[in-house]
Amino acid sequence: MATKLIKGNTAVVIGALYAGSDCFFGYPITPASEILHEASRFYPPLGRKFLQAESEEASINMCYGAAAAGHRVFTASSGPGISLMQEGVSYLAGAELPTVIVDIMRAGPGLGNIGPEQSDYNQVVKGGGHGNYKNIVLAPNSVQEMCDYTMLAFELAFKWRTPVYVLADGVLGQMIEPFTFPEKAIAPVIDKTWAVNGNAETRQNLVTSIFLDFAQLEEFNNRLQVKYADIERTETRCEQQNTDDADIILVAYGISSRIAKTAMDNARRQGLKVGLFRPQTLFPFPKKQINALADKNVTFIAVEMSNGQLADDLRLAISCRRPVELVNRLGGNLVTLDQVMNKIKAVAGK
Amino acid sequence: MTEKIISSKGIYNEFPRKGRNNPAPAATHYCPGCGHGILHKLIGEALADLGLQDKTVTISPVGCAVFAYYYFDTGNIQVAHGRAPAVATGVSRATDKIVIAYQGDGDLASIGLNETLQAANRGEKIAVFFVNNTVYGMTGGQMAPTTLIGEKTVTCPDGRDPLTQGYPLHLCELIASLQAPVFVERVALSDSKNIRNARRAVRKALEVQRDGKGYTFVEVLSPCPTNLGQSAVANNDFINEQMIREYPLGNFRDRTEEAEPVVRPDSDFTRESLDTLFELDSIPPSIPHDDAADTETQVKIAGFGGQGVLSLGIMLTEAAQAASKQVSWYPSYGPEQRGGTSNCSVIISKQAIGSPVVYNPDLLVAMNRPSFERFKNDVKPGGIIMYDAQIGDVELPPGVKGVAVPAQDLAEQAGSSRAANTIMFGVMLELGITRLPEAAFARALEANFAKKPKLIPLNLKILEFARQWVKNNVR
Ligand SMILES: Cc1ncc(C[n+]2csc(CCOP(=O)(O)OP(=O)(O)O)c2C)c(N)n1
Ligand code: SF4
Repeated sequence: MATKLIKGNTAVVIGALYAGSDCFFGYPITPASEILHEASRFYPPLGRKFLQAESEEASINMCYGAAAAGHRVFTASSGPGISLMQEGVSYLAGAELPTVIVDIMRAGPGLGNIGPEQSDYNQVVKGGGHGNYKNIVLAPNSVQEMCDYTMLAFELAFKWRTPVYVLADGVLGQMIEPFTFPEKAIAPVIDKTWAVNGNAETRQNLVTSIFLDFAQLEEFNNRLQVKYADIERTETRCEQQNTDDADIILVAYGISSRIAKTAMDNARRQGLKVGLFRPQTLFPFPKKQINALADKNVTFIAVEMSNGQLADDLRLAISCRRPVELVNRLGGNLVTLDQVMNKIKAVAGK
Repeated sequence: MTEKIISSKGIYNEFPRKGRNNPAPAATHYCPGCGHGILHKLIGEALADLGLQDKTVTISPVGCAVFAYYYFDTGNIQVAHGRAPAVATGVSRATDKIVIAYQGDGDLASIGLNETLQAANRGEKIAVFFVNNTVYGMTGGQMAPTTLIGEKTVTCPDGRDPLTQGYPLHLCELIASLQAPVFVERVALSDSKNIRNARRAVRKALEVQRDGKGYTFVEVLSPCPTNLGQSAVANNDFINEQMIREYPLGNFRDRTEEAEPVVRPDSDFTRESLDTLFELDSIPPSIPHDDAADTETQVKIAGFGGQGVLSLGIMLTEAAQAASKQVSWYPSYGPEQRGGTSNCSVIISKQAIGSPVVYNPDLLVAMNRPSFERFKNDVKPGGIIMYDAQIGDVELPPGVKGVAVPAQDLAEQAGSSRAANTIMFGVMLELGITRLPEAAFARALEANFAKKPKLIPLNLKILEFARQWVKNNVR
């Protein structure tokens, strides 16, 4: 087990390389640029392909090309760049192409600032572009998971032939933690059943998202929904701590879940029965697991760096059966420990 | 709306992709007299003659040629409006095979102009075939960047007026202003002589691709009788008499002889190469260390940019890692970094670490007064503030111990004015605040200066100097 201190953004690139990614296309944007830098440093010495694109529209379309050829490609960006990519992501979903997109969220709207936020939740988790599609969304909360989830993202992208996001934020990108390198390095094999790889075996293949015939397009859309239902059934991941006897359950992903964990530990020390529910997949949202908790008399507190985007999904997931409180900060600020503690105490009536 | 293209090489014999209830399986979807069919035929023929079909990926744009994949007997990808050069770049970089981007004037010269110029400027190994028919065909004849002055379209019903709609865009001339392209030529499909020339140019472009030499661009002046509201004959006259005046035919660049093949390396997927790249064989074993205490140490380090605040944090993180502790380092960045001050949080623990942001430090290292004032009241009761003595007199919060370290002075005495942070590191070690073993501190210094190994002995000396200072001055 090789362990080193590694920065979150670097861990993403390490994960991609060990997962057999051979193409990276990206455009600079803080706080995701280090992924671009690290890719430019580590892809070429291995003969793997790195290119700084002219825009995020170009990056995502370069991804579309490499993915259509069956290669393991990824890009990384942040809010404004992700907004620009949405057309391309819709095409990826429509053409059922596997691509990994890493979003190191920053504060918006507009140019906003480069501080951390979680405000891309809706545009990433709900699809974001036009059409009835969804993306698989993985939410790491440590440097180790930045790597591990990037590797998982490639696996899922190819298993389901769909775009997969790794949704992180400026803090996770910037922080350094001990990190254990992957055990395996994957040498990918091109799937000749669908890829268009410029060879005899794939000459008859076609990648497209057009269905002129309304009935056919409806059929295709319905098939996509079946795929998403299968994904919900099999790929949902979450982590629970102290939820068994909890009266109050903090719900948070990414860096907010780390802050929530500290708050939970503090609250437990003060005798308050507080638990933590961390969705590791945001789509599929861990509905079954959260509903099992909602069967009990609990209050949920969503801890997020966005305007209730997670809280809304939580309410939807539990059909508003339990109160959902919100603790949040916007504008590049982290939720503070005091904020969460105060809310916990208010809910507990202390 | 259907025209037969005489069965041709490189093109499927029948077009089943046209759909389930296709009454004319060997007829194209193009209008009678349309130039797309002719150009398809020329490209298909060249691909077949050069034996390239098994190696080629054709990209269908958005526009009337959106269904080019009905016809080309190659690998096929359909893409978003204007993005063909970017997609082609992705395919080419990934596969190093032959890639064709087939595009209309709205697609290539309007919405996709940036992708067009950038791919050309990078000299991507792609063949771009550009159909210039002066209008948006598919969407019903709107003005295109290439619409002639005075030409009427549905969005310039009185004719294109340069004062409000600008001038026709000359793509070959634009592309030929760049250095990378290998072959740039403008041809027309308006009569048999022009078609013969077009056939030659198409073939030449694909030969450049076969030889892997780089970017080729062939602009094809092409009829769209439907949207120009003309007969096929009149449309050809329009091309010959008006379009060619605006868009002269001819070669704009031919470096096919001199250009060298662009070679792309194979990807290396072996674990050995990855492990070497990340220097995994040079990871030193962890330093044995037993620390029964189960407490967590939270450290905040703050000062001006340039005082080594962030790297002091990283050294401490390295030391903790060397002793197999859980540890996290998080820098202030972005909005917090204004005014040239910076800070970082380090948490050292036996347990998994929650928030990496330190709110209430056990130890505050303040390298300047603003940092001292900003964070002093956050320090936990019983905690310690190490601050640079240059700050002068300070007022400490109750229950907090202060250690005034003349860090800058000591660093200068020890031989490096830039090593105030190493002094602080040594004081931390000697005071035992972090309970990390001595060897871990030395290891951290070595790791921190791994890229400038000459500085390691000096900094080890400075570390020792700081420890001596503590022994002599701090009780
Ligand atoms: C983003 C986007 N905007 C607009 C359209 C609508 N659209 C389809 S084809 C087209 C024009 C294509 O014209 P051109 O490239 O000249 O090709 P032609 O049809 O003349 O062959 C437009 C605007 C689209 N599909 N996507
Ligand atoms: S509209 Fe014009 S470009 Fe389109 S198929 Fe008809 S003739 Fe060709």
